[in-house]
Amino acid sequence: MNQTNPTNDGRNISDKANESLDVLKNATTDEYKYGFVSDIETDIIPRGINEDVIRLISRKKGEPEWLLEFRLAAYRHWLTLKMPDWAHLKIPKIDYQAISYYAAPVKKESPKSLDEVDPELLKTFDKLGIPLEEQKQLSGMAVDAVMDSVSVKTTHSEVLAEKGIIFCSFSEAVKNYPDLVKKYLGKVVSYRDNFFAALNSAVFSDGSFVYIPKGVRCPMELSTYFRINAAGTGQFERTLIVADDDSYVSYLEGCTAPMRDENQLHAAIVEIIVEDRAEVKYSTVQNWYAGDKDGKGGIYNFVTKRGLCRGDFSKLSWTQVETGSAITWKYPSCVLAGDNSVGEFYSVAVTRNRQQADTGTKMIHIGRNSRSTIVSKGISAGYSENSYRGLVSVAPQADGVRNYTQCDSLLLSSTCGAHTFPYLDIKNPTAVVEHEATTSKISEEQLFYCNQRGIPTEEAVGLIINGYAKEVMNKLPMEFAVEAQRLLQITLEGSVG
Amino acid sequence: MDNILLKVENLHAGIEGKEILKGINLTIRPGEVHAIMGPNGSGKSTLSSVLAGNPAFKVTEGSATFHGIDLLALAPEDRSHEGLFLSFQYPVEIPGVSMVNFMRAAVNAKRKYFGEEPLSAGDFLKLMRQKREVVELDNKLASRSVNEGFSGGEKKRNEIFQMAVLEPRLSILDETDSGLDIDALRIVSAGVNKLKTNENSTIVITHYQRLLDYIKPDFVHVLYKGRIVKTGGPELALELEEKGYDWIKQEIDNQ
Repeated sequence: MNQTNPTNDGRNISDKANESLDVLKNATTDEYKYGFVSDIETDIIPRGINEDVIRLISRKKGEPEWLLEFRLAAYRHWLTLKMPDWAHLKIPKIDYQAISYYAAPVKKESPKSLDEVDPELLKTFDKLGIPLEEQKQLSGMAVDAVMDSVSVKTTHSEVLAEKGIIFCSFSEAVKNYPDLVKKYLGKVVSYRDNFFAALNSAVFSDGSFVYIPKGVRCPMELSTYFRINAAGTGQFERTLIVADDDSYVSYLEGCTAPMRDENQLHAAIVEIIVEDRAEVKYSTVQNWYAGDKDGKGGIYNFVTKRGLCRGDFSKLSWTQVETGSAITWKYPSCVLAGDNSVGEFYSVAVTRNRQQADTGTKMIHIGRNSRSTIVSKGISAGYSENSYRGLVSVAPQADGVRNYTQCDSLLLSSTCGAHTFPYLDIKNPTAVVEHEATTSKISEEQLFYCNQRGIPTEEAVGLIINGYAKEVMNKLPMEFAVEAQRLLQITLEGSVG
Repeated sequence: MDNILLKVENLHAGIEGKEILKGINLTIRPGEVHAIMGPNGSGKSTLSSVLAGNPAFKVTEGSATFHGIDLLALAPEDRSHEGLFLSFQYPVEIPGVSMVNFMRAAVNAKRKYFGEEPLSAGDFLKLMRQKREVVELDNKLASRSVNEGFSGGEKKRNEIFQMAVLEPRLSILDETDSGLDIDALRIVSAGVNKLKTNENSTIVITHYQRLLDYIKPDFVHVLYKGRIVKTGGPELALELEEKGYDWIKQEIDNQ
């Protein structure tokens, strides 16, 4: 009954040897399983940007006058700005007149039920693992699905409404809760903040709006899934999260895009306001298309994310797993204005092939006894460039501030670059600020040790990388952690060499 | 059916162009324990690395047949699946990877190789529990990262634990006694002896007779300048302990 050992004759062994070579080849030749394009009737406005385009976007969205004025002011300010060039990035010249600033799947006016949503759209999100149909919806997670410029569907809104939680697309928020939007829009990230923030403020199309009322603990994860589908467009969404006193919310963001030879621009803004004793956890798994192995195509991910911990004892925690995008420029930050407020930043940034990332955080301590933790794990492979850039600043009146920063780099090739740019601006002598940094490689010894125990190299690399990134992965909500781990593994297959 | 587990013939191998093994011949049958001794730099660790398939070493000549299979044609992980285990002289640390995850990957890779389904979490944990007892390893180890922060003794016990889980046909213990105190040495050897059957075989690489008091060899080989220059029974180890290697060196160098 002993089954014959499949490798007991020489022929099978050499077959197997060939097979494992194939596996290696397949793994190194890039696979991005979200690279498909959906055939959806899309309303795209002509390329280019000017005041008429902005008026057109505003009109298409049926916006109030004050919002149009906000957009126009942002646009006029943007015209005076130059693209930032201080990052450790080589950004090809972007022709802002060659981009279409609005693309929306054609639909009837705000679908009331899913029957009115294009089946092709549902299929697309299904394929991305985000089912929108009622019976298939992910339990324990409410999703706002954004395709190109508009929100397609927000799930579970009714359940949340019972608790007074508002979770809807930005456009709906403008219509239904104009006072809230007006009160908070641009208060954390002003359109004067930077070039991309100004551009976004002028042309932003949709995004998510979250309001958690006083004392409410949001019973499920809130999540926005961003999908770019149309060619020749950019995506400029805005997310605004307000956590009122004593509330809690965990928010997740995921993103993918088709594989295209052109570069597409994604310039988003996320603003978060955290009031007294409230807590917000914001997690991102960013998997925009990264371009091919020679660096052709891919998303430019130029994002401004900032939270204001306005309340005493408020807490904001950013966790990001960045594996996609051709170029990433992003520094999710915390303004720790409240006394005893807490900011956290946990990041894994993976770059390979010709990807470039300049990412990190700013912890701005204004409140007394405010604390922050920064854990950044860079993983670089191929010919990529991976930089951590972080600022810790302490205002003169902020007594008793503590910061701990840990900044690790893992190099998987001898042709990649890893850089660390920490900035400290400490104006109060009572501050305790620590910075630790390491650089390491996956050693031949580690790989051989795994091999000897029967673990193939590809899998061993996955294990070692997930081990390296564990501290950050542990911070992700369960639903996301498994997905993110798998993503890390897939992304780095065949990258060691 | 010949009854040979490992047959090494005229094996030449080296690293970075420098030849270290210069024609090794070695035959091991199921159930046998072979001790390989020899002065520093004679090639003992190189032999274990080459048999296990460490890519840092290059085989230039000769063959190694492992229960009928051309061992040298196999990838290191496949040598492991086929039943070859190396207890490392310096076990490697893998930060952040728990022993549980590491061993599950190892066990399931082997099962996959033989076309079997992965073990369920329950069955796997049961297996871990059983095998832990062999080397008296406490269960906190399971959640710790592979070898990270382990003492010298814990590392070696951890090696034997892995050996117990993987149930190899041939175990190569590369200086498993180095860095062990007497108690740890006893626990580790007891573990090795518990795992011993009439089917599996062991190669014990060591400098000292001491280990061979615990793990009784059937054959003792002396490796010198990349060749096995003398083979005998357990008494050869005692003789070496008493007289050192000089008399053998002289014998060879005078030839």
